Amino acid sequence: MKRSINIWNGIDKISIVLFLLMIVMGWFNIYAAVYNEERSGIIDLSQRYGKQFIWIVATLILAIFVVIIDNRFYFFFSWYIYGACMLLLILVLILGKEINGAKSWFEFGGLSLQPSEFAKFGTALALAGYLNTKRQDLTKLNVIIPASAIIFFPAILTALQPDMGSSIVYFSLFIVLFREGMSPYIFVSGLLMVILFFLTLLINNLYLTVALIIIALFLMWFTTRKWKLCITGAGIFILVTAMIYVFDYYIFKFIGSEMVIFISLILSGAAYAYYFYSKKEAAVLIIYLFLIGSILFVNSVDYTFNNIIKPHQKERVEIMLGFKSDPHGTGYNVNQSLISIGSGGFAGKGYLQGTQTKFKFVPSQSTDFIFCTVGEEWGFLGSFAVIGIYLFLLLRLIFLAERQRSVFSLIYGYGVVSILFIHFFINIGMAIGLVPVIGIPLPFFSYGGSSLWGFTILLFIFLRLDASRTEYLV
Amino acid sequence: MKDAFINRKYVIMALIVLASLCLIIRLFIIQVVKDSYRLSADNNVLRYVTQYPARGLIYDRNGKLIVFNQAAYDLMVVPSQTSKFDTTGFCNLLGITGDLFRKRMKAAVNYSRRAPSVFLKQISNETYARFQEKMFTYPGFYVQPRTLRKYSKPVAAHVLGYVSEVDDGITRKDPYYKPGDYIGKSGIEEAYEKELRGRRGVKIFLVDVYSRVKGSYADGSKDTLAVQGTNIISGIDLDLQEYGELLMKNKRGSIVAIEPKTGEVLTLVSTPNYDPALLVGRIRSDNYANLSADTLKPLFNRALMASYPPGSSFKPINGLIALQEQVISPSTLFGCHNGYLFLACHSHRSPLNLEDAIMISCNSYFCQAFRKILENPKYPSVSEAYEKWKEYLNEFGFGNKLGTDFVNELSGFIPAGSYYDKYYGKGKWKALTVISMAIGQGEVGTTPLQMANMTAAIANRGYYYTPHIVKSVGTAKNINTRFTTKHLISIDSVNFEEIIKGMDAAVNGGAGKTAGIAALKDIIVCGKTGTAQNPHGKDHSVFIAFAPKDDPKIVIMVVVENAGFGATFAAPIASLMIEKYLKGEVSNKNREQSMLNLNLMQ
Repeated sequence: MKRSINIWNGIDKISIVLFLLMIVMGWFNIYAAVYNEERSGIIDLSQRYGKQFIWIVATLILAIFVVIIDNRFYFFFSWYIYGACMLLLILVLILGKEINGAKSWFEFGGLSLQPSEFAKFGTALALAGYLNTKRQDLTKLNVIIPASAIIFFPAILTALQPDMGSSIVYFSLFIVLFREGMSPYIFVSGLLMVILFFLTLLINNLYLTVALIIIALFLMWFTTRKWKLCITGAGIFILVTAMIYVFDYYIFKFIGSEMVIFISLILSGAAYAYYFYSKKEAAVLIIYLFLIGSILFVNSVDYTFNNIIKPHQKERVEIMLGFKSDPHGTGYNVNQSLISIGSGGFAGKGYLQGTQTKFKFVPSQSTDFIFCTVGEEWGFLGSFAVIGIYLFLLLRLIFLAERQRSVFSLIYGYGVVSILFIHFFINIGMAIGLVPVIGIPLPFFSYGGSSLWGFTILLFIFLRLDASRTEYLV
Repeated sequence: MKDAFINRKYVIMALIVLASLCLIIRLFIIQVVKDSYRLSADNNVLRYVTQYPARGLIYDRNGKLIVFNQAAYDLMVVPSQTSKFDTTGFCNLLGITGDLFRKRMKAAVNYSRRAPSVFLKQISNETYARFQEKMFTYPGFYVQPRTLRKYSKPVAAHVLGYVSEVDDGITRKDPYYKPGDYIGKSGIEEAYEKELRGRRGVKIFLVDVYSRVKGSYADGSKDTLAVQGTNIISGIDLDLQEYGELLMKNKRGSIVAIEPKTGEVLTLVSTPNYDPALLVGRIRSDNYANLSADTLKPLFNRALMASYPPGSSFKPINGLIALQEQVISPSTLFGCHNGYLFLACHSHRSPLNLEDAIMISCNSYFCQAFRKILENPKYPSVSEAYEKWKEYLNEFGFGNKLGTDFVNELSGFIPAGSYYDKYYGKGKWKALTVISMAIGQGEVGTTPLQMANMTAAIANRGYYYTPHIVKSVGTAKNINTRFTTKHLISIDSVNFEEIIKGMDAAVNGGAGKTAGIAALKDIIVCGKTGTAQNPHGKDHSVFIAFAPKDDPKIVIMVVVENAGFGATFAAPIASLMIEKYLKGEVSNKNREQSMLNLNLMQ
């Protein structure tokens, strides 16, 4: 008895209020999204809003359970939970029910469960469990690699379903690694890769390769300030390229331009870079490796994009980048979503007054596109409020995480923040055309038992840990 | 445990704040700054359903219905709403082939999956009735009611014109018209299109993403009702029109009858003609192509668009001008010895005064009168006298469009003096050069309508109202003021009386009268025959007339192409028409029968 009173005293009321607020708002918006005048009872169990009511009641019970369980349970069992989640992700690939071409669901009678929703908190727990003792070593590859593996494993399993949206979510956990000391250069490299990725789609990759070489030469000059050597390097490269080109032109007749440049870059660059390296100009070697890496990346992206990924995914990326406009094809969802949100105006059309919402112009409006209802019926004010609530919750969670004595709790807290943040940003971002359509739910808002329960467990484990922050776990 | 990376929490917080800011800015742009999304939203959910008005009806002068509407139904389809169904049964129901079904379905899908498009135009009442019973088994199909023209009698095609669907040229030029609308082409349908078409209405419905109607928008407060087209009362006498067409059957030519006191066209016949019902509905395009290709040119409206030399029926007007210019008097005598110079004349007594010259239709007399007009010492030169002569003709409505309410009207041709100057050189042409115009030959070209109008001016003793086909638009006596403006001719009415005496004598006079065949018991018909020489073969038979002499109620112009003497064909037809109009029936059944049996098209 004494214990439960302690938990109630220690638990963060602000977070709980925000959580309840979101769940209620979500429920009302689901009601609006699937509103049907003939079945207007909000607890009508044949309708989604009625079902969501059951999920909400269940999730509240679940939250209480999560809070009642001893905080040390989550620490000691983090690996078992992770293991169980991974097992479920493997099992779903074998036993899962295929819906819309993806094996993401278990079906027990009338109840469907999506294990990837639960694997999210499992992974966050495992990451916290692993880094608990190794937090200062995240600069080292022998820690970064296992930590990355914990993240990649569920990501790959989810991608196999295939559910690219949920898969991407796991990568948000790299924010946790960054917080715990992973080099920002890895992020910078990641960012550069993203930029290169888009440039590859935009520009002919031969031009891109040449541009990269010029940038590399400029960077060499910038770091060494030896312009003669830079020009010599360029000269050697051009000479080798020309030779290989002529050689290819008369003898092989099949090597592509990109390949000629790549081979000559390796031949000419290796010796050149080694010369610099021996002269204690390590930077040049790094630049050189970056250059080779970038060119490899650019060409593989180009190849992947044109030969490997599915046409509809390619189209989604192309539409988001503005290469294509096809309002009744792939871009239909985003276009209708934009119309719906945009037509809400400053103050919105009023609750249950959204015409786009009411007449089902936006697909998956109660799940992935629930934000359309907010945007259309509550306008900019409502959208601003929802984003404000999220922002407040995320910052509050960071504040809670930072006050933990236990490293495990701190890392898990950042895990919660990362996962909620990526859902929040991608879900709203796709509804307003900022990011490609990636089908992931808006936490606590979207219709669906699995996601609601998954996010509730994710959040309440942290609130439970926070409630006992004064105790040491070990 | 020391935390070396504590400051990184600020980076993460900044990242979250920045991302939220991006979302908020983007939302501000799409929700507050841009309003294009709001418009798109309206287009998404509002469906504008056109309410087509019924076209105005057309009545004859006695209130008999000529043109009215029949219901027709366009079968519409929304491809996305259709589901699997028995296509064979469907085709049988509509009486179409499977090929046509596939073709139309493909066209509809190509147009739009979600928007309705016309699947089959103008299905008949019977088909509609059959289809309606089974309609529920074919979701995605519905019927849009339209109206089609229907004619009480298969007559007056040239007067009425026809209605067809607008083409791209029209929709581009006039924003009122939308694809699928109908528009009047030729005749009354074209001339009074604005009055007849009425105003389209629109009903606005809310639809969901599947184009399913969810109710009316704003409770119908933004809907507009279709306004029915205005009815038109035409000046046509339907019975007379029908009779005229009957008489002209198997003949090429035209009849124009006008009520002289008002200028209202009583009858306008142009043969060969066609049944106006041929140009209605789905059969329209095929029939139109056939009619266009017909070598007899049934679509060509001779009454307005054919230019004939008037022949001797032109003599009264030259007599009038000569009297007015005082170059002759009613008692002036001219001799005739079987002709004048190179213009032959038939044998008759000589010399003649004006009345006898008209009665006998003496070429010689009018050549000499015409010569006197042009060689009038009042004017310094022939060409100036000629211009004066031409002015009179223009007053009668020759050489220019009359300005009727018909859209296609030929102006005819009265050469200007400069025409001859160019041809012969200035001052180098004389009265004799143009002498054939004295008897309505040569360069002069007139339309039957113009000749009828001239006759009306004679019957009225010096004025006319512009001929018009419509008596009244709507129930109120609402008509363009140009049809109620009197056109006065600067010739004294006493001179008209002299000419009318001649025209009376031509029909009812003594020996040598040329149009005795047109005489009627109890009615004094005044007339003038014409035998128009033309380069297309046998002479055209022409006759102008009005009756009764002292209170003219009808003027008529008849031309029968390539038939021969005016007295043989045109005069009896005119006479029958006059009697029919004034008495309601014809007394001379033999004459009627012989005209009906006459076939000049073999």
